[in-house]
Amino acid sequence: MSVKNRFIISLLFSLPMLFEMVAHPLFGWELPGHTYTMFALTTVVMIVGAWPFIRTAMAAFRNHHANMDTLIAIGTSTAYIYSIYAMLNHQQVFFEVAAFVITFILLGQLFEEMTKGRANSAIEKLLGLQAKDAEVLRDGEYVSVLLASVQPGDILRVKPGQKIAVDGVITEGSSTIDEAMVTGESMPVAKKTGDAVIGSTINKTGTFLFEATKVGSDTLLAHIVEMVKKAQASRAPIQKTVDTISNIFVPTVLILAILTFVVWYVFLDAAAATALMYAVAVLIIACPCALGLATPTALMVGAGRGAKMGILIKNGEVLEAANDIQTVIFDKTGTITLGKPVVTDVVGDEKAVLQLAASLEHPSEHPLATAILDKVDQLGIKIQKVTKFRAVEGQGVTAEIDSVPAFVGNTTLLSGRLDTTLEKEMQRLQGEAKTVVIVGSNKKPIGLIAIQDTPKETSAAAITTLKKRGYRTVMITGDNERVARAIADLVGIDEVFAEVLPSDKADHVTSLQSRGKVAFVGDGINDAPALAAADLGIAMGSGTDIAIESGGIVLVKNDLRDVARALTLSQKTFGRIKLNLFWAFIYNMLGIPIAAGAFAWAGLTLSPELAGLAMAFSSVSVVSSSLLLNRAKL
Amino acid sequence: MDKVIIVIGAAAVVCFILWWFFGKRKTTEMEANMSDRSQEVTVTVKGGYTPNTVVLKQGVPAKIVFDRKDPSGCFNEVVFPDFGIHETLPVNELYPIKIDTSKPGEYQYACGMNMFHGKVVIK
Repeated sequence: MSVKNRFIISLLFSLPMLFEMVAHPLFGWELPGHTYTMFALTTVVMIVGAWPFIRTAMAAFRNHHANMDTLIAIGTSTAYIYSIYAMLNHQQVFFEVAAFVITFILLGQLFEEMTKGRANSAIEKLLGLQAKDAEVLRDGEYVSVLLASVQPGDILRVKPGQKIAVDGVITEGSSTIDEAMVTGESMPVAKKTGDAVIGSTINKTGTFLFEATKVGSDTLLAHIVEMVKKAQASRAPIQKTVDTISNIFVPTVLILAILTFVVWYVFLDAAAATALMYAVAVLIIACPCALGLATPTALMVGAGRGAKMGILIKNGEVLEAANDIQTVIFDKTGTITLGKPVVTDVVGDEKAVLQLAASLEHPSEHPLATAILDKVDQLGIKIQKVTKFRAVEGQGVTAEIDSVPAFVGNTTLLSGRLDTTLEKEMQRLQGEAKTVVIVGSNKKPIGLIAIQDTPKETSAAAITTLKKRGYRTVMITGDNERVARAIADLVGIDEVFAEVLPSDKADHVTSLQSRGKVAFVGDGINDAPALAAADLGIAMGSGTDIAIESGGIVLVKNDLRDVARALTLSQKTFGRIKLNLFWAFIYNMLGIPIAAGAFAWAGLTLSPELAGLAMAFSSVSVVSSSLLLNRAKL
Repeated sequence: MDKVIIVIGAAAVVCFILWWFFGKRKTTEMEANMSDRSQEVTVTVKGGYTPNTVVLKQGVPAKIVFDRKDPSGCFNEVVFPDFGIHETLPVNELYPIKIDTSKPGEYQYACGMNMFHGKVVIK
């Protein structure tokens, strides 16, 4: 029988007794057949409501175990059996105590089930994102097939408003895609041929074709779900202390209950019935569940909330590690910067300079050429036809446009010298650690183009936030001192280590650890040793390229501001675990003495019914406290 | 006089509780049944996990089949923190869970509230 049905039946059979309890002192009304009716009603509650507790308690007892069910079973059975004895001897009975306690505890379990379901909903929501079917090219026609039958290499068609079924690469067409559900990125992302798409995201505007690259359990969403599941099942190290306590908890409470009875009955000369009720209240109020639920529920909500924002936390240990980080170390290329050079400045007539440069660089495969061509693409400048193209090693390229010779490259391609204005500009740009190329026509320079791997738009804001929160920020890079310094100054990094070989990054991380705990933020592919060496490794991915194994925290989005968010989320979750444990301890530490009648001299006592109510809601309050993490400000 | 009897009786029960719950005891241990390239072991869930310790061979794909006979809410879930497994066990139904046996060691598992414990040994 479900907890819900057991609760309803227990409630129905308890209500007449509750009614009598209220009506008796007011109107002197009693249930017909008073004691015997109560015995009959409570017997039903004991069979329907309490029997499953008793059965588990007995099975556990045989295994030398004791748990919450043991306490409930012994507590309610004691009240019930004593009452039968009292009924036969015409003394005061306590049937209603057993019935009410069972009803309250079942109500608490019902609430707990409901709230726990909510705490665990993040995973189901993620899995619910998956598309059910996909349009796949089969024998020259697009047919709708079930998601499971999509294979890597299949060509899929996606129309506006449809879900992208699996991970892949666009082969034809372009569109904007809403990736919020997987990466947490709120703005739709523009994608064109050659760009990667993520399964389970929603196509907004255009129709496109893409080739499936990863299906089933290989997709990014499947990896995310897997990681969140693992995080939610993991335990924080703080739990170890709790485990030691919960292992001895129930037997200890049993002993305390016996002592309570002995002290009241033998040493304080209380009536046997009074002493017994104190002992029962002790058994009922003690709640090992609140201790057991404190960590897992908070972890579940914290990890789930992170997943929604594109922040994946690997396990409970990571949460504790994130708690006392003092220094955040960043890799430069691809982490603080975009990881690819872009055109930052154009000196001279922008359109003419770029058009000439792009026309000349068009056939080249140099990374600087890509930067110039991207810029021209953005501005919509047309490329001219060139002849006699020649790449001069270490100098640049030369060619002819309409029989006029032209060049893009460094000073060695000049026949004379730069005029003073251009010379000054060139020195200024080089001072900013930019690579400068000279663009010339007919042997005369017409302008300059400065190219640099620039910081991401959000990097400066991200560093500022971290510094405001009191973290020291450090950058490690293989680049030369000047370039490193320039980038560091742009985004506001405190300390720079330049010209560090990739293999030495981990050593630098270790040496920085002497000044306190460090977090390392890197791209997860090249930085694996440094990520592992740090107290906390934060791996940044862009879309599908996530190396999920490499970091303790994985940021799905390529946004550095998520570092601060991830640290805050970890701290808040860990703080919530500590708060939950604190309340669970305090509840038991205060509740047990009160229930035992230690404060009876001050008029403060707790009847077993109230103890049942308190116990029922102590677990519910712990779960609710964890759910509040969903609303914590980050 | 009856008070003396009660004190003696209470002391006896306390001693029994200490001995029953904290006394050193042998745990039940069982090795998995091997068939061609896989191993399987059944764990009965009733007031605890029986056998309490299961021994698996390293590198052989393994399944632990949970046979939950106990409807108590405590046993709703089984959690293997080291493997990232967090599953809901159905009552009176066999529920197999795959275990990654690539790394040898001792792995604890527990019920959802961490009150009942079991152990997997991979060697």
